[in-house]
Amino acid sequence: MTLATFWFILIAVLWTGYFVLEGFDFGVGILVPVLGRDDTERRVMVNTIGPVWDGNEVWLLTAGGATFAAFPLWYASMFSGFYLALLIILVTLIVRGVCFEFRSKVDSPRWRANWDRAIFAGSAVPALLWGVAFANIVRGVPMNAAHVYTGNLLTLLNWYGLLGGLVTLSLFTLHGAIFLSLKTTGDLRRRARGAAVRTAVAAVPLAAIFLVVTQVAHGKPATWVTAVLAAVALLGAVAAIMRGREGWAFAGTAVTLLLAVATLFGDLYPNVLPSSTSPAFSLTVNNASSSHYTLTVMTVVALIFTPIVLAYQAWTYWVFRQRLSRSDVAPAAAPEPGGGTGPVPPGPAGVPPGGAQPVPGQP
Amino acid sequence: MSALDLSRWQFGITTVYHFIFVPLTIGISILVAAMQTAWLIKKDPAYLRMTKFFGKIFLINFAVGVVTGIVQEFQFGMNWSAYSKFVGDVFGAPLAMEALLAFFMESTFIGLWVFGWNKLPPRLHLATIWLAAIGTNLSAFFILAANSWMQHPVGYKINPVTHRTQLTSIVALLTNSTVLAAWPHVIFAAFVTAGMVIVAASAWHLARRNDIEVFQPALRIGLVVTLVAGIATAVTGDIQARLMDSQQPMKMAAAEALYTTSSDASFSLFTIGSLNGSKEVWSVRVPDLLSLIATLDPHGTVQGINNVQRAYDKKYGPGDYKPIIPVTYWSFRLMIGFGLLAALLALIGLWLTRRGRLPGSKWPYRIAVWAVALPFLANSMGWIFTEMGRQPWTVFGVLLTSQSASPGVTASSVIISMTVFTLLYAVLAVIAGWLMLRHIKGGAPAEAPAPGAAEPLPVFSY
Repeated sequence: MTLATFWFILIAVLWTGYFVLEGFDFGVGILVPVLGRDDTERRVMVNTIGPVWDGNEVWLLTAGGATFAAFPLWYASMFSGFYLALLIILVTLIVRGVCFEFRSKVDSPRWRANWDRAIFAGSAVPALLWGVAFANIVRGVPMNAAHVYTGNLLTLLNWYGLLGGLVTLSLFTLHGAIFLSLKTTGDLRRRARGAAVRTAVAAVPLAAIFLVVTQVAHGKPATWVTAVLAAVALLGAVAAIMRGREGWAFAGTAVTLLLAVATLFGDLYPNVLPSSTSPAFSLTVNNASSSHYTLTVMTVVALIFTPIVLAYQAWTYWVFRQRLSRSDVAPAAAPEPGGGTGPVPPGPAGVPPGGAQPVPGQP
Repeated sequence: MSALDLSRWQFGITTVYHFIFVPLTIGISILVAAMQTAWLIKKDPAYLRMTKFFGKIFLINFAVGVVTGIVQEFQFGMNWSAYSKFVGDVFGAPLAMEALLAFFMESTFIGLWVFGWNKLPPRLHLATIWLAAIGTNLSAFFILAANSWMQHPVGYKINPVTHRTQLTSIVALLTNSTVLAAWPHVIFAAFVTAGMVIVAASAWHLARRNDIEVFQPALRIGLVVTLVAGIATAVTGDIQARLMDSQQPMKMAAAEALYTTSSDASFSLFTIGSLNGSKEVWSVRVPDLLSLIATLDPHGTVQGINNVQRAYDKKYGPGDYKPIIPVTYWSFRLMIGFGLLAALLALIGLWLTRRGRLPGSKWPYRIAVWAVALPFLANSMGWIFTEMGRQPWTVFGVLLTSQSASPGVTASSVIISMTVFTLLYAVLAVIAGWLMLRHIKGGAPAEAPAPGAAEPLPVFSY
C-alpha cells in the first residue's frame, strides 16, 4: 500500500469519526425542538451532548487539515468548487456552535425558543448538505483539465445529491434519537425511542435506495460487501431499538455510518474527486497527493497522536456515561410529571440506567 | 472589485475578527487555570469565585473564537485554491498538526472542564483546564509556524516537475527563526489582552465596591500580568524587528515609510502630510531609533523602500513590490502605541493599588474599564501590519497574492460570502458582547463550598 492510499484511508477514518460522533449531536440538535416538551427537557437534551459536541466537531477540522496536508489538489478543487455549499455549512455550524453556549445564558422563554430554532436549523442543514456533498463527490462533478470545478451550487443539487442528503439527514436523526434514548430517563427516553422508530421508517428505505443506486453505478465487489453489511447493521439497529436495546441500537447506527463511509470511499478509490467532464481530468490518490516526505512526516504524527486523541475522547465519554434526568438540570424546579425523579425502571430489555454504553469512537 | 480583491477583503475581515477572540482565549485560559490552582492550594473560596467568574468570560469568548476559526481553515481552499495547491505540501502540515495535536486537546478538555466540576476529583478536574490551556497555546504555535513560513519560507524546495512547493524539512519549518520570535510575541500580547480584561472587569466592580475580596486580588493579578507581559511583548517585538530587517527589508522600510537607505535612521512617532516620500509637513522624530530597532546599532544601515524596490526588480523581475505604505506606517505605530499605553496604565494601576489601597476617585476605574480596548486594537494592528507589510506576496519571495486566488470562484460568489460573514459576525459580536457585559455586571458567583465538597449544581451546564 502506498502512503497516498494510506492517507486516503486515514481521511476516510476521520470522516467516519466525524459522521459517527457529530452525527448523533446533529440528530440531538434536530430533535431538541421536536421532542422537548418544556425548557427543562430541552436542557436535558442539549446537556447530553454538551460536554462532547465541540470535540466531535474537531473531527471535521482534522479531516479538512489532513486533506490539505496530504492531498492539496483535492482540498483546493473541492473547497473552491463547493464554495456556496460550504458557505452554507459554515454559517450553520457557526450559528450552531454559539447556540449551545449562548442558549443557557439568559433565562427567558423567547430567547431560548429562538436559540432552539437555530439549533434545529444549524443541525439539520449541515446534516443534509454533507450527504449532498459526498454523493456528488462519488458521482463526479464537472471539472476541467486544470481541476477547476465548472458547475455551480445548483449542479450539486441534483436528484442523486439530494437523495444522499436525505440519507444523512435521516440517518443522523435516527442516530441522535437512539443516542438520546441511551442518555436520558423516563418519559423523554420513551419518546426518544419512539422518534427513533418513526425516523427509521424514512431512513431505512432512503438508505437502501441510495446504496443500491450507488452500487449499481459505482460498486465494486468489496464495496457490495460493505454496503450489504451497512444495510444489515441499520436493520439490526432498528430491531434493537424496537426491543428497547439502546446500547446495541447505538452500536448499530454507528457501524452503519462507518460502513456507509467505507462504501463511498471504496467506490471513489482510486479517484478522490472524479471529473464528470472527462475521466482524464479526475483527481486521483496519486495525482492529488503531497510528496513522499510530507506524507511520511504526517504518517508519523498521525500514528502517534490519533490513538492519544481516541483515548482521551473515549475517556470523556466514559466520564459522562450517566443518563441525564430532569433533576440533573433543574433540581429546584417542581417535581417531574409522573414522579420521574426516582430511579428509572429498566427498559424492556433490562438496560440499566447509565449502563451498557458503547464508547463511540474509532476502533 | 475583482474576486481577488474581494477575497482579500474577506480574508482580512474574517481574520481580524477571529483574532479579536483568540488572544483572550490564549491568555485567559492559562490565567483561569492558575486561579483554580491557587484555589486548590490556598483553599480560599475567593479564588474559586474568581475562577468561575473569569471562566465564564473565557467560555463565551472561546465559543466565538472556535466557530470563526472553522472559517479560517476552510477559506484557504475556498478562496485561495491556487495558493493551496501551490503550498499545500508545506503549509498543510502545520495546519493538520494543529488540528490533531492541539485543537482536539483544547476542545475535548474544555468540555471535560465545563461539565466535570462534580464528576472529576478536584486535581484531575484542575488538570483538564491546564490541558485545555496548553492545547490553546500549542495551537497558536502551529498556526504561527504556518504563517511564519509565509513570511520567511524555509525547509522547502520548488519541485521542478509540478512547479509547486515541496517540504524538505519539517524541523526547519517548526524551528523557523520567525516563528520562534512570533510565537512568544503573540503569546505575551495575549497575556496583555487577558490581563486588561481582568483589570477592566475587576475595576468595574471595585468602583462600586462589590465583592472586594474577589476583585481586589483579581485586579492586582490582571495588572501584574499586563505589565510583565507588556514588557515581554515589547522585547520579543524588538527581536522580531531585527529578523524582519534581514528577512523582509521592504516591510521594515515600509514600517517607517523610509524611502532612501540611511544610517542613523530616525523613527517618527507620527507624521502629518503624505507618506509618499515627498517632503512631509510635520513630524516628531526620535533620532537613530529606527537604526537601533532594526540593527541594534544607532548608526546601523536601514534599507529604504526605493532601494529595496530596485533590488527586487532585478531579483524577481519588474513589478511593484511595495506594500500600501500608509497602512504599514500607521499600523506599526498604533500597534506599539496601544501596547505600550496598556503596559504604562498597568504600571500606574499597580502604584495606585499598592499595599491594599483602592483609589477613592472614580477616574482610575473609568480609565481601567475603557482601556480594555487597547490590547485588542494593538493585536489587530499587529496582524494588519505584518500581513499587509508582506504584500504583494502571499509567500514572501515565492508566490504573489495576485497568483493565489481561486480561478473558479466568481466575484459574485465572494460578494455573497463576504456579506454573509460580515453580517453574521456583526450579529455575533453584538450578542457575545452583550452576554459578556451582562455576565460581568452580574458579578462573581456566590460563596461556594470548600474544595472537594459536592456542589448542588453543575455550574456551567447548558
